Amino acid sequence: MSKKTSLQTENKEMKAKASEKTLEKKPNKAAELWNMFKTKATATDTSFLLTITIVVFFVMYLLAIIFIGKGFTNAQTLLDMIGSNAGLIIVAVGMSVVMINGGIDISVGGVVSLVAMACADYLDHKGGNIFGAILIALGIGLAYGLVQGYLVAYLNIQPFIISLAGMFFARGMTTIISSQSFNVEHAAFVALKDTRIVVPFLGHYSKNGKFIPGEVEIGALIALFVVILFFYILKWTSIGRSFYAIGGNQQSALMLGINVKRTRFTAHMLCSFLAGVGGFVYFMHYGSGSALNASGMEMDAIASSIIGGTMLTGGVGNIIGTLFGVLSLSTIKKIVNTVGLGDAWWTGITVAAMLCIFLIVQSVVVGRKKK
Amino acid sequence: MKSKVLNNSKTFFKKLTSNQIIIPLLALLFLIVFNLIRDPGFFEIKVVTNTSGHTVWNGNLMSIIDFGSELAILTIGMTFVTAASGGQDISIGATAAIAGSIIARILTGADGRAPQGMEGSLILAFLVAVLACVLCGAFNGTLVAYFKIPPMVATLILFTAGRSIASWINENRNISIVDDKFMIIGGFIPGIPIPTPFFIAVLCMIITALVLKFTTLGLYTQAVGINENSSRLNGINPKFIKLLTFMILGLGAAVAGLIKVSRTGTCNYAGLCKDIEMDAILAVALGGNALGGGKFNLKASILGAYIIQFLTTTLLAMEVPSTALPAYKAVVVIILVVFSSPVVREKMNKLSAYIKVKTAKNVGKEGEN
Repeated sequence: MSKKTSLQTENKEMKAKASEKTLEKKPNKAAELWNMFKTKATATDTSFLLTITIVVFFVMYLLAIIFIGKGFTNAQTLLDMIGSNAGLIIVAVGMSVVMINGGIDISVGGVVSLVAMACADYLDHKGGNIFGAILIALGIGLAYGLVQGYLVAYLNIQPFIISLAGMFFARGMTTIISSQSFNVEHAAFVALKDTRIVVPFLGHYSKNGKFIPGEVEIGALIALFVVILFFYILKWTSIGRSFYAIGGNQQSALMLGINVKRTRFTAHMLCSFLAGVGGFVYFMHYGSGSALNASGMEMDAIASSIIGGTMLTGGVGNIIGTLFGVLSLSTIKKIVNTVGLGDAWWTGITVAAMLCIFLIVQSVVVGRKKK
Repeated sequence: MKSKVLNNSKTFFKKLTSNQIIIPLLALLFLIVFNLIRDPGFFEIKVVTNTSGHTVWNGNLMSIIDFGSELAILTIGMTFVTAASGGQDISIGATAAIAGSIIARILTGADGRAPQGMEGSLILAFLVAVLACVLCGAFNGTLVAYFKIPPMVATLILFTAGRSIASWINENRNISIVDDKFMIIGGFIPGIPIPTPFFIAVLCMIITALVLKFTTLGLYTQAVGINENSSRLNGINPKFIKLLTFMILGLGAAVAGLIKVSRTGTCNYAGLCKDIEMDAILAVALGGNALGGGKFNLKASILGAYIIQFLTTTLLAMEVPSTALPAYKAVVVIILVVFSSPVVREKMNKLSAYIKVKTAKNVGKEGEN
C-alpha cells in the first residue's frame, strides 16, 4: 500500500516536472499570463469586486479633488490619510481575514478602545515604559483571540453573539480602567508619537518654491507592512488558501482534509491579534485614553472590508481591496465634511449608507451567480 | 409499587427539566437567594410620596418591574425576529432613540428650548414615531428577507446610523419636556402605586397573546425558522414573515422609546436605550430559546427580560458603575451561550450517562454483596 502511494506521488512529481518543462518551453510567457489573468478576472467574484472597489476609490478621489481643491493632488494628503487611518487599516485587514473565513468579529472596536485605555493608563498613571505598553497591547489581542477563537471554532457558537459579548465586555472594561479622558504625557511616548519618517521623492513645493519632503508616521509603515504580509499569506501560503476554502464551503474544505476547526481558530486569533496591534497604532496616532475612543470602529472595519470586495458569505475577498476600502471611506468622510455637512451625525449616516449600497451590490452579485 | 412512585417522580422531574421555563426560573431563584444573603433589605417596598404628590411604592422590586417593562416589550419582538430569521436585531436601541427624538420634536414644536410644556398632540407624536420605527424595521427586514444579508450585519447599518439620525432630527438639541400628563406614561397614574410602564408591558403581552391565539403568526414564524424551504413549499411566504417580525420589533421599539422619554422627560440621543439590544438578546437566550431560530417560548423570554433587569438592579445595588454594567452582562451572555451550545451539551450528556452507568454498576455490586 505504502509503495503504491509513494509510486503515485513520484508519478505526480514527474508529471509536475514535465508540466513545468512544457511551461518553460513556451515562448510567449507574458501572453499566457495575460490570458490566465483574463480568464480569472471573468471567472471570480474577487477580481470583479476588487475592480469595483478601485474604480470607486479613484472616483472618490477625483470628487475630492473637485470639491476640496488642490490639497488632494499632494502626495502628502494621501500619506496623512494612511497615517491617521493606520489603526483602522490594520483592524480591517484582520476583519477581512475573518470574513473571508466565513465569520465576523464585531469586538474589534472595543478591543482597540481597551488597548488604548490600558496603554494610556499604564504609561501615564503607572509609570510604565513603551516596551511594556506594546506587550500589554499584544497580550490583550492574544487573550481575546484565544477566548473568542476557542468559543467560535471548537464550541461552534455563532461568531456574532460571541463578538457582541466581547465588544460589550471590552467597552465595559475600558470604563472600569478609567472613566475619564486624558492625554498621555509620557516623554518617550510623545517622542515616538511625533516621529516622522521622511519618504524620498514624494514631496511637494511650497508657495515660495521650497521643496518639502513627504513625511509619514511609523503607524502608517506598520499598516502597510501588515497589508503586504497578509496579502502574501492569503495568496501564497497554505493557511491562507484554507481560509478561502473554508469560507467558500466548510463541508468540502473538511473533505479536502483541511483542519476546519484549527483554521477557524487561527482566523479569529489573527483578527483579535491584529486588533491589538491596530489598537496600539491607533493609540500611537491619537495618544489619549478615553472611553469614547474608536467608537463605531467595528462598523468602519466591516464597511471597509465589504467596500473592499470581501463577501459576508465568505470565500471571496482581497487585502488590497480592504486597503482601498479604508481609503475610500476616509475620502468620503472628508468630502462630506467639506461639502458643509460638518455635523457629526452625517459621517455615521454616510458610512452606513455606503455599507448598505455595497451590501446590496454583493447580494445582487451572488443572486446573479446562482441564476 | 415502590418503583412506580419512583417512575412518577422521575417523569415529573424530566418534565420540569425539559420545560424551557426552568432556565429562567433557576436564574431567578439564584438571584433571589443571592440577594437575600447579600442584603435582606433588597426586597423592601417603601411607601413614599413622589414629587407630584402621589403616594407610590418604591424599592428595588418596583424598579425592576418599572425598568424591565420596556425591555420586556422589546423582548417580545426580539423573540419573533430570532425565531424567524435565526439572527438578532442589534439596532433596536438606535430605533428607540429615533422614536424618542421624533416624539420630543413633535411634542415641543419646531424649536426646542428647554424646558417646555407639551405643545403638540401626544397621539400624533406617538403615531409618527410608530410609523418611523416600523419603517426602520421594514428596512432591516427587507435587507434580511429579500437581499439575504445576515440579520446582525443588516441591522449593524442602523445600529451606527440610528443615533446619528436621532440627533439629526432634533439638530442635536437636548430637549426636556415638563408636563404632568406626559410624565404619567413613564411614571405613575394618580392613585395607583405601581409604575405605569408595567401596565403598558402587560397590555403588550395581552395583545401578543391574543394575536398568537387567533392568528397563525406563531406557527408560521416557527415554521420559517425551522426550515425556510419546507415552509415555502407548504404555502407560507417566508420573506413576508421575516419582514413582518422585524416590523413588529420596530413597533415595540417605538413603545419603548415613548416610555424612556416620558420617564426622564428628556431626550438624550447617545444614552436613550443604550445597550438595550444586548439585554434583549440576553433575555431571549435566558428564556431558553435557540438563538439559531426555530421554536420559541414567549413566556420564558418575558420572564428572562425581567430577570435581566433584576440582574442589572442587583449590580447597581452592589455599586457597580452603570458604564461598567456591559462587562458583567457580557460574561453572563458568554456563560449562557457556552452552556447552551450543542457541543457542550453533548459532552454534558455523555458525562451524565457515564456517571449513571458507573452508579448503576456500583449499585449492582452492592446488591451482589
